Amino acid sequence: MSGARHLYVHLPFCSSRCGYCDFVTVVGRRGQHRAYVDALLAELSLERETVAPRLESVFLGGGTPTFTEPEQLGRLLGALPQALEVTVEANPETVTPGLATLLRERGVTRVSLGVQSFRPHLLEVLGRQAGPDDAGRAVAILREARFDNISLDLIYGIPGQSATELEVDLEDALALEPEHLSCYELEAKPGTRFTHAHGDEIARQAEAMETYFERVVARVGAAGYRWYETANFCRSPELAGGRDLRSRHNLAYWRGRDYLGIGIGAVSTIRGRRWRTTPRLGEYLTALAARRRPAREMEELSPEVRRSERVLLGLRLDEPLPFAGLEGAFDWPAVERLEQAGLVRRREAALELTPRGRFLGGGVTAELLA
Amino acid sequence: MNQARIRNFSIIAHIDHGKSTLADRILELTETVTGREMRAQVLDTMELERERGITIKAQAVRVAWKGHQLNLIDTPGHVDFTYEVSRSLQACEGALLVVDASQGVEAQTVANAYLAIENDLEIVPVVNKIDLPQADPDGTAAEIAELVGDQPERVLRISAKTGDGIEALLDALVERIPPPGGDASPEAPARALIFDSSYDQYRGVVAFVRVVDGSFAGREGLRAMAQGTRFEAEEVGFFSPTMRAAESLGAGEVGYVVTGLKDVSRLRVGDTLTSERRPAAEPLPGYKDVKPMVFAGLFPTDSDDYPDLRDALEKLKLNDAALFYEPETSQALGFGFRCGFLGLLHMEIVRERLEREFDLDLLVTAPNVAYVVLTKAGEELEVHNPAEMPAEVERTEEPYIRASIIVPKDYVGPVMELNTDRRGRFDHMEYLSEERVLLLYELPLAEIVLDYYDQLKSRTRGYASFDYDVIGFREGDLARVDVLIAGEPVDALSLIVHRNGAYARGRALVEKLREEIPRQLFDVPVQAAIGSRVIARETIKAKRKDVLAKCYGGDITRKRKLLERQKAGKKRMKQVGSVEVPQEAFLAVLNLDGGKK
Repeated sequence: MSGARHLYVHLPFCSSRCGYCDFVTVVGRRGQHRAYVDALLAELSLERETVAPRLESVFLGGGTPTFTEPEQLGRLLGALPQALEVTVEANPETVTPGLATLLRERGVTRVSLGVQSFRPHLLEVLGRQAGPDDAGRAVAILREARFDNISLDLIYGIPGQSATELEVDLEDALALEPEHLSCYELEAKPGTRFTHAHGDEIARQAEAMETYFERVVARVGAAGYRWYETANFCRSPELAGGRDLRSRHNLAYWRGRDYLGIGIGAVSTIRGRRWRTTPRLGEYLTALAARRRPAREMEELSPEVRRSERVLLGLRLDEPLPFAGLEGAFDWPAVERLEQAGLVRRREAALELTPRGRFLGGGVTAELLA
Repeated sequence: MNQARIRNFSIIAHIDHGKSTLADRILELTETVTGREMRAQVLDTMELERERGITIKAQAVRVAWKGHQLNLIDTPGHVDFTYEVSRSLQACEGALLVVDASQGVEAQTVANAYLAIENDLEIVPVVNKIDLPQADPDGTAAEIAELVGDQPERVLRISAKTGDGIEALLDALVERIPPPGGDASPEAPARALIFDSSYDQYRGVVAFVRVVDGSFAGREGLRAMAQGTRFEAEEVGFFSPTMRAAESLGAGEVGYVVTGLKDVSRLRVGDTLTSERRPAAEPLPGYKDVKPMVFAGLFPTDSDDYPDLRDALEKLKLNDAALFYEPETSQALGFGFRCGFLGLLHMEIVRERLEREFDLDLLVTAPNVAYVVLTKAGEELEVHNPAEMPAEVERTEEPYIRASIIVPKDYVGPVMELNTDRRGRFDHMEYLSEERVLLLYELPLAEIVLDYYDQLKSRTRGYASFDYDVIGFREGDLARVDVLIAGEPVDALSLIVHRNGAYARGRALVEKLREEIPRQLFDVPVQAAIGSRVIARETIKAKRKDVLAKCYGGDITRKRKLLERQKAGKKRMKQVGSVEVPQEAFLAVLNLDGGKK
């Protein structure tokens, strides 16, 4: 059996921590960047068996991968296997001509910029370091370095964000003509400091913000983007010289493909097993310095669970989900009901959500699953 | 024992006026229990009774006092158990009427005192709690004397807590209450009134009896006259305070008969026991079948618990002859039981016992009363469930009550207003003292089963004391209001209301349901209708979004678990057509604030 064709690399370092963030991050620690890259390469070499000789995608996520010491980032990129798509996440304020050149020279094909918003007060609420002009400057620098696949991340539903401010954020993002856009609703996790500080405001504006998702889809769609996943848009092929600009790496998740994740807190799913590597930096470095596998949390995925996940993930996409092999996962009377309510459509041997069904994808999936 | 030396009596009192404490003092003073055995409130056996301060089951205890045999027959303290109270009273010749010196006469005292008078009992009035700093023994004595038509000087003054006055009370009891008057001769045909029963899993049905004529011994063939049930008495005896076997029970005595019967329905309370050896020709008077007046559907929240609920009801019924139940199938709530109760408190107690003693998780629908319906075809029906009310009727009758309400005089206005709102008919008003007023009203029982009590409490700042008894059925201009959710009628939400109030009730109900039913994936209309005529409508707007924003390789497990939780939450919902309705919504009708007129 061939190995995973998708590799995720977690680079946890950040200059500071944003209030709403729930990823595994480490602030500063420049002195440990070298040791961490050593550990990543050691982990990858221990997992040689699980990855395919030729990769389809590599994704460097964080943290802020571009906050990593340039020398170490360059060394890492140089040592990673080749792939058709290599994405690096970057914060706008970290993008310099030097960095852009480094990424380009080391085979990076795609940059995903964590813009979140263009409004200074909303950036401040989120605890972002970037100013409102940093995104435009970063895009210009990347274009200068001949990057032709740039993605922007936006967040909506920020405490205090009005509908007009959302529209203006979308205009500003579209004006930069990115190939790809990800728009996420802010998730205020209960019990976090962020929710403690802004929870009342979020509750107060919940009703008004109900329409934000629709506004995002309408505005971005009108600009010629394909709404190919719940929160993701890419420029339509006819406007992009026939290129398929969907994220290959993320498509792999939504299509239930195997992937290897390396680095602290990274998750892998290979041959029916899912594991999460320890999120503790010290533990991770010690284990790999001794060429041992770091501690992992292991989860066996039963065939039923795998089927449910296929449905849960597959219905996020704009392509029909084939029933083949998933028949047991569905509550068929519910499918019938939802079809009558105009939320799903059966197409030959596949199921797809109607546009309204996609806005209600979570509830629809909960209903559909047996 | 010679009948002249027997005294049979009950204690009647409002909740918390000290009945149980008085019983404890009597047991102590007569050395029926030693100090060490003394457990506060010996006679209340069930855990629930102890907690709520309510005595559900009557019991009888024999004590000795200065050469006399005194039988204290305990009575339930609440009007829902009027029938049980009157059975207990039938077994007595006298009653202690106990009133708290700091509270004065309460509505319940009035209702029970009338019952005792109707049963021709000698009433011994008693003012209790004279040790309390806020006690007003003279004022209270005057109120009781007024109520029972006695001299204030004859009202006994005691403190059950300190024991003050108890000895004098026992003496007065012997002196004032007449001895039993049955035929005590050995050859007299034996007759005993079954005034209560209990079920013991080893010994079967145990009957509590008051022997009227002749005598009963163990190992004797007996017969329940109304039902014709025959059995051999395994043992006879009395409580003192625990079970003590005896050779025989003679005329005038109170005690128990172990029947060995395994089916409680074969021995009805109120029936007359006689012996096969010397059978009586006529049963004792007073047997009547008790009719439940308040009904509600009981459904397990988890449908798998249905058999457990059935078993639990069967067991409860063993000790609660007044409990009625029959299987009910609701489209919305599934399989359950329609249960009949004597009143609201009885319902509350049954529900609590099911949940506590049998560990059941229940959904209890809004209660309704029993209706007597004459159909167009001329057929008479008794309807226990609004959903079963025929659409076309010739005439509908509903039960009426006589309500006794005692309030401080400043609250007379608000109480009258409430009663008028509830279709009440003013009957009588009387000043019990300068401050306190007794109001008598006739009201449809349906108007008090929902939130009357709460309303009365809030409009009188908790000062009102309320009691009622059912006085019969009367015709009413009633209409059945149905609720439709997404076009589907929901049987469990139908209600019967007076036609004048139907529109407001329907409106309040759909508004409440709109709040209680969460938004769904599509618009859901909620309607109230009389027949095919829609009288109120609301729409629960569909959700506009329901989706998890982000889902990548690291989140899949967490998102899947979230989804599994969401699915589990839906199991607690009931499916009405394509709509998920939370169980709480079925109680919406219980607390409609508006819409009363």
